[in-house]
Amino acid sequence: MTTAAYPTVWKKPPFIKSTYLRYSLWAAVLVYTFLALGSVEVNWSRVVEGADRGMRFVKAFVQPDFVSRWPNIWKGLVESLTMTLCSTVAGIILAIPFGLGAARNLVPGWVYIFCRAFIAVSRSFQEIIIAIICAAVFGFGTFAGFVTLTFATIGFLAKLIADEIEATNPHALTAMRATGASWWQQVNYAIQPQISPRTIGLCLYRLDINFRESAVIGVVGAGGIGATLNTAMDRYEYDSAAAILLIIIALVMVAEYFSGIIRKRIQ
Amino acid sequence: MSMLELRAVTKQYTANDLALNNVTLNIEGGEVVGLIGPSGAGKSTLIRCINRLTEPTKGSVTFQGRDLVGLSRRELRKARTSIGMIFQEYALIERLTVMENVLSGRLGYVPFWRSFLRKYPPQDVQRAYALLDRVGLLDHVNKRADALSGGQRQRVGIARALAQEPDLLLIDEPTAALDPRTARQIMRLISEICEERSLPAIINIHDVNLARQFVKRIVGLRHGEVVFDGLASELTPAVLTEIYGEEDWSKTIQKGGEEADAENEAA
Amino acid sequence: MSDTTSNYSDSWDRRSRAERLIRWVLWLVFVAVFIQSWRIMNEDTLWFFVEDAPRQFADISSRMWPIRWSYMDQLWKPLWDTINIATLGTALGVVIALPIAFLAASNTTPNAYIVRPIALFIIAASRSINSLIWALLLVMVLGPGLLAGIIAIALRSIGFVAKLTYEGIEEINKTQVAAVTATGASSVQVLDYAIIPQILPNFVSTAIFRWDINIRESTVLGMVGAGGIGLQLDASLATLAWPQVALIFIAILGTVVVSESISARVRKALI
Ligand SMILES: Nc1ncnc2c1ncn2[C@@H]1O[C@H](COP(=O)(O)OP(=O)(O)OP(=O)(O)O)[C@@H](O)[C@H]1O
Ligand SMILES: [Mg+2]
Repeated sequence: MTTAAYPTVWKKPPFIKSTYLRYSLWAAVLVYTFLALGSVEVNWSRVVEGADRGMRFVKAFVQPDFVSRWPNIWKGLVESLTMTLCSTVAGIILAIPFGLGAARNLVPGWVYIFCRAFIAVSRSFQEIIIAIICAAVFGFGTFAGFVTLTFATIGFLAKLIADEIEATNPHALTAMRATGASWWQQVNYAIQPQISPRTIGLCLYRLDINFRESAVIGVVGAGGIGATLNTAMDRYEYDSAAAILLIIIALVMVAEYFSGIIRKRIQ
Repeated sequence: MSMLELRAVTKQYTANDLALNNVTLNIEGGEVVGLIGPSGAGKSTLIRCINRLTEPTKGSVTFQGRDLVGLSRRELRKARTSIGMIFQEYALIERLTVMENVLSGRLGYVPFWRSFLRKYPPQDVQRAYALLDRVGLLDHVNKRADALSGGQRQRVGIARALAQEPDLLLIDEPTAALDPRTARQIMRLISEICEERSLPAIINIHDVNLARQFVKRIVGLRHGEVVFDGLASELTPAVLTEIYGEEDWSKTIQKGGEEADAENEAA
Repeated sequence: MSDTTSNYSDSWDRRSRAERLIRWVLWLVFVAVFIQSWRIMNEDTLWFFVEDAPRQFADISSRMWPIRWSYMDQLWKPLWDTINIATLGTALGVVIALPIAFLAASNTTPNAYIVRPIALFIIAASRSINSLIWALLLVMVLGPGLLAGIIAIALRSIGFVAKLTYEGIEEINKTQVAAVTATGASSVQVLDYAIIPQILPNFVSTAIFRWDINIRESTVLGMVGAGGIGLQLDASLATLAWPQVALIFIAILGTVVVSESISARVRKALI
């Protein structure tokens, strides 16, 4: 075959067509990286000092101490687990009305705006910030943690439920309306069957998240294993801290395993 | 010695089922063989055992005087560069451009840095352009593969296989995903190309009529065994019953003949 | 004929009744567990405080007023730090996550019995531990500052990005891989041509999504000394400077809303 007439070079067309835009983007990325890295100050002598403590912590992971603080760890665990369960259940129950209210195709405008605003606030603030406020309002302890996690669960689930409802097949809803069904009947027959399986999966996923979060909000006084961990760290009891972290990792892995099984069975 | 010799090739996927049972087959230089047989007969398995995308359990595959079954990974890669393959579902890399897909046929010949930077040697690029011209896609060089129609994609698949400068083509149901007209065009393209370059090929094909029209030698496979090996003109109802099982084949063959005539007139 | 029909429907009925019974028992157990949990959880709760909550809330809200807008001058730098922690941390995490994802995916792992479990454990450990706890540990080692925050964010992001990516890798189209393998390509070339193009859009989208989450997470890292606006929040809370706290909340809300819309827009453009 004669090939002499064909070009000998080929260049892949760039992802961003405009040359000007492409180079400005590269320049922007470079300048940003430079500025951002410049804003990081590292105190190397402090790092060298800390390296020793870091080593001790790594060693603690190899030889965690479950025993000497076991009563505290156990209490923290029970608090975390009960907090997780209660807040997930309460969060789910409350997320349903907020989710319905945040679905544009179901409710009047003012309800929609109110629910969406509530969800936006709940999602924007890190659990820690909510926990600080809750600890100030409800007093230190597990109840503050419970309210924090419930609040966060509502924002998380209500948004997903609402988005799911908005994406459902609209014909089912129209058909139900045409039969003269009441609002509740419409939701029950046209919406619920379409969103149930995925929503249950999401609830299990949130249970998982709540446990992980329950392990951290204790740092600011909202109870749970996080409080135990914080105390251990303050007392430089690295082997107990390592034990707590290992327990958290193990529980999350177990929870993930079981929720995977349940999710598979639902679908 | 034949170009390609399969000796007693056996493939066992599961303990009690033989996908291929003692298949022995010789293919001479420049010969195009049509492989027919019911679904699950082992056609794909046979083709994949030749370039060892599937490892044969027993037997030998001698290509240009070398047994491919005993080759090390490195030697196998080298051998694969001279065996082109065309797939039923095209198997293009959808997110890459047409040109990258064709150039990927050169991967076994170029060092990693060239393939990574898309800086192929000039003669490779030139050949790729020539091939795209041959299959009628010169206007689509920079399109993404997923922007093409089925027939166009299969043309890219053909060009990719030819970019390897192969000494053998393995073709697995090239037309199964295409409409009847496009299927014919693709089959004609393949048989023309094989003739132009006196390139031997094995073509898996479901459509008996298409096989009879474009391929001289037919091999029939049933339950992993060769039950027919002869000229396309020798495909009688009795033979088809032997391969596929009981059915009224006289109509198929007759009708096939008429269709082929009409096609020839139209062309 | 009618006899067999009645037999059939009878047996169907019985099974369904048993199923319903199991369902009721499960629900009952669930409610009992919930009530028991609620009691244990609230053993140490002082209901006096809880009853007082609405008043407390009103009190704190009123003390936030008027918001101290002038404090914003001192917040720009911490906000910039917060964004840098999130961005650099995400970048670092993503770079580490990619190879781990390939080691963890069952179809690309070099060794399914040793390497893969290790990769999966790294992913699980990274995901189980909140970035604030990572920060707590890192501040202890590295001292307070941005570096601890960046690494904390990176460590938490590895698991998230690697998990979603390795699940994507396991779902890639196998024939495309076979096609590239059949050309005689080496395994790095197969990675480059057949696997990476398939997972890239998903991977980039995951990374941007994680960046968005990390902006939120990095707003609190300062509470344990790992830099960013959390430092100011901690200081303002310690001095009960509620008008400043209110402004910090507004600043966080603004940053989060902007980053979320950026992330949503970029992800849409990529897909
Ligand atoms: N990866 C695999 N693992 C286990 N069994 C397999 C595998 N691939 C194929 N088989 C089995 O091997 C037998 C032959 O399959 P093969 O795909 O070669 O048939 P085929 O003739 O190409 O069929 P079709 O016309 O449907 O493509 C079938 O029974 C199939 O179930
Ligand atoms: Mg097949």
